[in-house]
Amino acid sequence: MTIIEAFSWMNIRFLLDGLLVTVEVAVLSIIFSFIIGAILGLLRYMKIPIFSKIVGGIVDLIRNLPLLLIIFFTYFALPQIGIRLDIFWSAVAAMTIFESAMLSEIMRAGLNSVPSGQMEAGRSTGLTYLQTLWIIIIPQAFKAMVPPIVSQLISLIKDTSLATIISLPELTHNARIIYGQNTTYVIPMFIALAFFYFIICYALSKVAKRFETKLS
Amino acid sequence: MLTILTTYQDVLIDGFLNTLYSSIIALFFSLIIGTLMAIFQLSKNKWLKGLANAYVEFFKNIPLLIIVMFFYVVVPLYWFSIDGFTAGTIGLTIYTSAFIAETVRAGIMGVPKGQTEAGLSTGLTQNETMRYIILPQAFKIVIPPLGNQFINLVKNSSVLAMVTGLDLMYQGDLIASETFNTFDTYILIGLIYLIITLPLTYLMSYIERRLNVTS
Repeated sequence: MTIIEAFSWMNIRFLLDGLLVTVEVAVLSIIFSFIIGAILGLLRYMKIPIFSKIVGGIVDLIRNLPLLLIIFFTYFALPQIGIRLDIFWSAVAAMTIFESAMLSEIMRAGLNSVPSGQMEAGRSTGLTYLQTLWIIIIPQAFKAMVPPIVSQLISLIKDTSLATIISLPELTHNARIIYGQNTTYVIPMFIALAFFYFIICYALSKVAKRFETKLS
Repeated sequence: MLTILTTYQDVLIDGFLNTLYSSIIALFFSLIIGTLMAIFQLSKNKWLKGLANAYVEFFKNIPLLIIVMFFYVVVPLYWFSIDGFTAGTIGLTIYTSAFIAETVRAGIMGVPKGQTEAGLSTGLTQNETMRYIILPQAFKIVIPPLGNQFINLVKNSSVLAMVTGLDLMYQGDLIASETFNTFDTYILIGLIYLIITLPLTYLMSYIERRLNVTS
């Protein structure tokens, strides 16, 4: 029975190791890009002359590039200008660069969705601009941001599979190693891959949906 | 960077065209499949609905790379041989169709119910109402999100590089390993991608703004 052999304890552990790396890269990247995305989104929302436009331009450039290209870039091109990162941190850096741009767009849209009257009301009660932003605008905007941020996390988890090209030992990479040894393991490994990714992403999408109905 | 551009001009144009072909073919077929799936999802037939829901949820929640690799690795092993470009484009089509189904479904649900009732009461059948009344209006709603799907498609088509799909990313990778000038090569490849995606992004946000004003 190849199916039983394919899912030997050793292979399952190897897959779970890969899954752990997938989750680690995704979680680290989403945390970093949440912070950077929030800063960039705020800078664009505040409409500082020229500066906000420049930030917006850079965000648009990164958003419109394929993530795979950014992964190649951080791993193969950055060493040429003296920045050397190992495989793991190259993957995290690439995902962070890409996702920060995506999240800043979400943050900006979320901030813009708060009616401008809120800002005026805040200012007229004597709060400063930054106080109004922090106490009045951001909490309201946050509600609109949660569902798209979760769906961004879902694409991030799926996208970590691209880092298999720089041989990051994540789920897809480990599955490829297992079926590389024995072609009869190919189908079981694809089933395992689909299963693991689907379970995580589907569960997250349900969480996002629950937030959406709860918050609205 | 300029020397790379001039030396590898033919290869780059070739890759650029393959990226475009793959994206356009995938867009065409995923529009058809996605629209069908959206209609099935909203149909009253329990089986069709279940099938379409399973299709959309499954392919939305697994990585594109897994679908593409399935066609590139598993299909030749058990059924027939397939080249990287075809495998990649089929994978892109399936993956994108799940997202298009979601978009179109939201569009159909965005058309007021009265339109269906009005169509039916003029004597059109259920199918005719869908085809002549609902879908044309739904497509107007979904043009901006569909445009965004196409931009994603162009970006996602870079996975062809992982299955020797001869696209822009693949050619860029080859050039980088031949010239050892990875930095300039990847910047150049990035600029070529931006030639396609950036104007589309601005066009879509322009259309979105205009539709917002008129409605």
